[in-house]
Amino acid sequence: MRLTRQENQVSNMVMSADDVRRAITRIAHEILERQHGPAQLAIVGLQRGGAWLADAITAAIRHIEPSTNVPLGYLDVSMHRDDIGLRPVVPGAISRIDFPVDGATVVLVDDVLYTGRTVRAAMEGINTYGRPRAIQLAVLVDRGHRELPIRPDYVGKNLPTNLVDDVRVASEGVVVTRDGTT
Amino acid sequence: MKHLRSIDELGRDGVVRLLELTTHMVEINSRQVPKVPALRGRTVASLFFEDSTRTRLSFETAAKRLSADTMTFSVSTSSVNKGESLRDTVETITDMGVDAFVVRHKSTGIPWQISDWTDACVVNAGDGWHQHPTQALVDCFTVRQALGRDRFDGLTLTIVGDIKHSRVARSNISAFSMLGANVVLVAPPTLLPPDVSHWPVEVSHRLDEVLHRTDILYMLRLQSERMSQGHVPNLREYAEAFGLDARRVGMLPPGAVLMHPGPMNRGVEMLIDPSTLTNSLIHQQVSNGVSVRMAVLFDLLAGESSASHLAQEAS
Repeated sequence: MRLTRQENQVSNMVMSADDVRRAITRIAHEILERQHGPAQLAIVGLQRGGAWLADAITAAIRHIEPSTNVPLGYLDVSMHRDDIGLRPVVPGAISRIDFPVDGATVVLVDDVLYTGRTVRAAMEGINTYGRPRAIQLAVLVDRGHRELPIRPDYVGKNLPTNLVDDVRVASEGVVVTRDGTT
Repeated sequence: MKHLRSIDELGRDGVVRLLELTTHMVEINSRQVPKVPALRGRTVASLFFEDSTRTRLSFETAAKRLSADTMTFSVSTSSVNKGESLRDTVETITDMGVDAFVVRHKSTGIPWQISDWTDACVVNAGDGWHQHPTQALVDCFTVRQALGRDRFDGLTLTIVGDIKHSRVARSNISAFSMLGANVVLVAPPTLLPPDVSHWPVEVSHRLDEVLHRTDILYMLRLQSERMSQGHVPNLREYAEAFGLDARRVGMLPPGAVLMHPGPMNRGVEMLIDPSTLTNSLIHQQVSNGVSVRMAVLFDLLAGESSASHLAQEAS
C-alpha cells in the first residue's frame, strides 16, 4: 500500500527535549534496578535511529554508577532483515560489538518500536556474536501495531498511533505527523 | 547493478559503493558466527572452465556466509565432456533455477554472451586476458584498508610483468585510475599489448628506474609457458630484469606496499619470501577476497528483484 501525503497534515510534539531527557534517565535507572547492578550488562544501539539513544542511556548509566564501565556497541540489522532489499545498507552504519557477548545481559536500544521486525532481526544478529545470558529491549517510543510477539522491557512513552502516522524521534523531542482529516 | 562483468561497466560510483559495502562484510567475517541470512533462498552457480583456487573458493565461501545455496560445476566431470555446448550448459543450469552465475573462461567476452542466454546475474571471475573485476576490487579494498584512505590521488601503482596476457592488470588499471592513482606498467616489450596509448598509464622497461617513486608494487605471475612461446628468452634473464629481490625491495620508498594476485612463481618474479616483508599485503589480498565477493553477491542479489517482489505482495 503506497501512502500519499495530504496537504492538511498536523504535527504534534508529544515529547519535549526535557521529556526525552527524563525518559532516558528513568530507563537507565530501570535497567540498573532490573539487573541488580551493572555486572555483565551491555548496551547495543540499533543503527541508525537507536545509536544516539544507546549513547545517551549508556552515559546516564555511567553517571549513576560511575565506578563501573558498561560496554556499548552498535548493530546494523540490514543483513538480518526479512525484507532485505527494501532498505539499503547504509554506508558508515557498520556494526561494532567489540566486547564478549557470551553470558552478558544485552539491552537492545531503538528509538521507535513498531512492527517488531527490526528487533527480531537484531536478536538474530546478536546471536552471531555469541550467546547472551539474556536479551532485553529499551525503546523511547512504542507506537503499537506489532506484527510479531515482541514486547519491550523499558519504554519511554507508549504512543497510540494510526498506521499512516509519521513518528520522528530525536533528542530534541518526539513529533507525530498525522493527516488532519482523520 | 545486474551483472559484474568489467570494471568499466561498473564505473567509479559502483566501485566506491562495493568498497563501502565490503567494510560491512569484513565486520560480519569478524564475528563468532560469520554468517547472515541475507541471501536465503538464492542460488549461486559457479561455472569454472579454467583452474582456480582462491577465486572459486572465495566466491563459494562468500555465497555460503550470506546463506545462499551454491552449485558447483566442474568441467572435468560434466556433460561438456560429452560435447554439450556452453549455451546448452548455461540454459540447463538456468532451468534448475539459479540467481547468479560466477563464470571463468579462457575466452574473452564469455560473460557477456552468457548474460544473453539467461535472466540470472552474471559475475565475471576472469575471461581470457580481458577482465577480472573482483580481483581489482579486492586489490583496491586491500590498499584502502592498509593505507587508510578512500581516494588514491597522488599514489603510484607500478604493475610489473606479463601485462599482455593479464586480465588482473587490465581490471586493476581501470579500477586504480578511477580512484585517482597514477599507473606505471613495467614489462619487456614482448609482454606489453601492441597498443597501450589509449590506456591511462605510463610505460617503462626498467624496473629499477621506477621503484623509488612506487607506492604500490604489484607483481604479476609469469606463466612458464610464456617462455616456450618466445615472449621471454629464459626465466633467469627475466628474473634478473623484473624479479623482486632484496636489493629492489630496499629501493622502494618507506611506506610502499607489495601485492601479488597469486599464485606466485617463487624464483621467477618473486626472488624473496614475501612473508618476511612487513609491507607485503599478499595475505590481506586473500583474506579480503571473501568479503569483497560477499559485497558483490549481496549487491547483485539483495537488490531490486526481492524488493519489487515484496512490494507486489504488500499491494
